[in-house]
Amino acid sequence: MKPFLFRRGLLGLLAIVALAGLAACHGEPQPDWRLHDVSGHLPDLDFHLTDDQGKAVTAGDYKGKVTLMYFGYTHCPDVCPLTLTELHVVLDRLGPAADGVRILFVSVDPKRDTPSIMHAYVNAFDKRAVGLVGSDTDTEELAKRYRSAFTREPDKGDGAYDVSHSSAIYIFDRAGKARLLATPSASQDDIVHDLTLLTTLEAHP
Amino acid sequence: MILRSLVATTLLIAGAAAAPVIASAADAAAHAAAASAPAVSATDGWLRVLPGSLPAGGYVTFSNASDSAVSIVGAESGDYADAMIHRSSTAGGMGRMEMVDAVAVPARGTVAFSPGGYHVMLTGAKHPVKAGDAVVVTFDLSDGKKLPVTLLARPANATGPKD
Repeated sequence: MKPFLFRRGLLGLLAIVALAGLAACHGEPQPDWRLHDVSGHLPDLDFHLTDDQGKAVTAGDYKGKVTLMYFGYTHCPDVCPLTLTELHVVLDRLGPAADGVRILFVSVDPKRDTPSIMHAYVNAFDKRAVGLVGSDTDTEELAKRYRSAFTREPDKGDGAYDVSHSSAIYIFDRAGKARLLATPSASQDDIVHDLTLLTTLEAHP
Repeated sequence: MILRSLVATTLLIAGAAAAPVIASAADAAAHAAAASAPAVSATDGWLRVLPGSLPAGGYVTFSNASDSAVSIVGAESGDYADAMIHRSSTAGGMGRMEMVDAVAVPARGTVAFSPGGYHVMLTGAKHPVKAGDAVVVTFDLSDGKKLPVTLLARPANATGPKD
């Protein structure tokens, strides 16, 4: 099953490469994306946050990597782990190309998510994942820029609370341009397919 | 596999109880077993261990061998301070969780607690729980019975009860 799909992905890739050659003098080729193509519809990757090592980082620190940005929080026992696990499986299926990909897990719960908690959390899923935290304002601004949304739900009485948050995965190319949007219903095959294209296309611009 | 044989056993016992033609000691014993056998059984229980003291999500498939619906109405575990039944949804592109009072297991049917849907949220681990550990969660059923289920603790990035 997987090898077959992978082969199909490779064939698609070869077709794209061939098309890219043909289309060289007609501007950029249009890859056969399976996810939502958001090129030109969402702003470039841009943020000032703190990574899970406690270091101040900006989008520029991830130039050269394809990035998968996802908003979530560590006290989220179900949906966030499900998404991060799926991304981990996807990156494993990508093979060596996954070295050129980073998962950016942005906390929508900066009150509880310290860099060290984020570090333990993201690394429990994938070594290519980076946990990012910021002030309430920085986080809100970032979410707003990508038309993402999050709401802190009412306190459950013992200080525990949930955060409802946008569940989309924003995919940026190596230059930090927004390219694709994966919704929770996207299949792993489709994400693998598109990341294979994106990492390869960008390797030979 | 275990589920199938359990259901088969229950059906056999039910069959024996429904046809009390030959009254023997063995039949009487079978009848008694049928009367006390819980209608709901559980398989493929696991939980996702997250670092530190973060809450864990528990998953399990319930099967109801009886002719009437039974609901899961509560949960508790000796290993955690609190166990709550939740449902996640990503309706409208928003990921959210809600508390659930009861989850019906249809007559002669199953319901799965699985990632992205129903789960038992375990908070306040009383001792560190690591992958490979067995955690017992006791579910309260609407018929008044209690169903203890052993959940296998799995790594954060596990995709199910086994690889």
